[in-house]
Amino acid sequence: MTAINVNGRPQQVDADPATPLLYVLRDDLQLNGAKFGCGLGQCGACTVMVGGNAVLSCLTPLSVVGSRPVKTVEGLGTAGKPGVLQRAFIEEQAAQCGYCIAGMIMRAQALLEHKPSPTDAEIRQHMAINLCRCGTHMRILRAVRRAADGLQSAAATTGTPNGQRGA
Amino acid sequence: VLFILFVIVLLALAGFFALSVHRPIEQIAVPPASSFSRALVRQGALLAAAGDCASCHTTATGSAYAGGVALQTPFGTIYGTNITPEPQTGIGSWSEAAFRRAMREGISRDGQLLYPAFPYNHFTHLSDQDIDALYAFVMTRDPVVATAPANQLAFPLQFRPLVAGWNLLYLEPGPLPPQDQQSAEWNRGAYLVASAGHCAACHSPHNALGAESTTAFLGGGDAEGWHATALNTASPSPVHWTTDALALYLRTGIAADHAMAAGPMQGVVNNLAQADPADVQAIAVYIQSIMGPPSAEQQARETAARGKAAQDALAAVQPSSAGPAADEATLALGATVYAGSCAGCHDMGRQLSSNTALRLSLAVALHLPDPRNLIHIIRRGIQPPDGERGRWMPPFEGSLTDEELAALVVWLRRQGTDAPPWNDVARTVKETGNAS
Repeated sequence: MTAINVNGRPQQVDADPATPLLYVLRDDLQLNGAKFGCGLGQCGACTVMVGGNAVLSCLTPLSVVGSRPVKTVEGLGTAGKPGVLQRAFIEEQAAQCGYCIAGMIMRAQALLEHKPSPTDAEIRQHMAINLCRCGTHMRILRAVRRAADGLQSAAATTGTPNGQRGA
Repeated sequence: VLFILFVIVLLALAGFFALSVHRPIEQIAVPPASSFSRALVRQGALLAAAGDCASCHTTATGSAYAGGVALQTPFGTIYGTNITPEPQTGIGSWSEAAFRRAMREGISRDGQLLYPAFPYNHFTHLSDQDIDALYAFVMTRDPVVATAPANQLAFPLQFRPLVAGWNLLYLEPGPLPPQDQQSAEWNRGAYLVASAGHCAACHSPHNALGAESTTAFLGGGDAEGWHATALNTASPSPVHWTTDALALYLRTGIAADHAMAAGPMQGVVNNLAQADPADVQAIAVYIQSIMGPPSAEQQARETAARGKAAQDALAAVQPSSAGPAADEATLALGATVYAGSCAGCHDMGRQLSSNTALRLSLAVALHLPDPRNLIHIIRRGIQPPDGERGRWMPPFEGSLTDEELAALVVWLRRQGTDAPPWNDVARTVKETGNAS
């Protein structure tokens, strides 16, 4: 058994240490937000956060995760109570088929946790790794911008550091 | 005797002062674009691409040639300046004579000495006609108001007259004679490498004063925290470079049996893609001749590397037996990381949408004197320029801990080469991580 902390919950999984984190999340923990796209780190659909950084979970063996906390799109909010980025993606209607969106949101989440008020150029550069085949990139960029601006105004009014909600 | 010494010192100081003081050249009204022939501007554009001007004078998000790129040097940070024809903040008020003096002697229009980070020690070898073409090219760019940030140099280098001493020691002004026994293409390549291309600015070793070694020409150097590989007989590539492979690499950044361009070389190939293909071919012809035929040792290295590359899995090859092996825990961790994060592409050597993943036993990065390039590439990945197809490797910064990254690097060196292990991999991982 291997210990892993996902979305704040310590868990034990019965998987080979060489298993890609993506498979552990989807098959062992039934967290199906992160998607299998290419399995080669070329598309970004499998992006989750490990230790505060966006990582390609298809290229990250379970043993490499160690004690670093994992965060997936399920950890940001629920359908009934979406997180800041999830809400921004809905408001900008940034998904067409939606396959890439969980990865997009998690890569954006990593950016906003490190840099709550990125420039448009920084958002573009940071998100460049993740692909969307439907072509909603412009809406995705707008959604990240909206979330960043929302976090800024929330921080300004409530005094919370980055206005995060969810797990 | 004291008096004579005093006089000598005084004379030396006077001479030094004379060398470091130059007259300003009269400002001119910005010449209209129509005053330059289109053919000359085109010639300048191709040369500017061959000379990689944009890498230092255009930022990733800024206007073309408006400056502001930070260049990290052993002496501090120097910023590329605005070379658009804007009269106040650019070089719009520079006459052709002022431009030529800057290129040949490293002297700004106002008479100040420029720092050799601007490689005038190479541009000095350009022909008059090519300098005119570059002038025509820059003076027909869009003028942009932009002032580069102030340089941050170690004391006492802020004092520009010191550069006069450097020039006295290391600047050999003017064009170089062609070599008659060589072909026209070879000579064209030699000319471009020595002048606009300024390859030796990174690929030759430098002394403590930042001057290029003349004895180890293109023998390997440093560029912004990367190792610039040797391009002479000391070439570290296990597979001997052919002229065609070199030309392809220089134009596309892809050489299937050697390397994918990364780091500072990425900008160079992005620009060379816009240069005259015949010029890039000439550079390849010249560099290939500098590398010379493979030595017996290089041939043995190529055979060994190709033997490893023919195996299905890098884990299955006979590891290097040179030098002390790392401890088993490190090697096991490296093998695990490789299997989970790298093997999917690199072991099969399969054709990806973005081109072939290198068989790592052939990768030049594993065969270098130090692990910096390999560490940088794993951390940052390899991305093609915006909007272009081509090489792609995802960045592993943040996915791997420093310990995992170091173990992977140690393991790759042992499996992929027959060379001794690198020293201080863990320390290099830590230091380069702090820098990036």
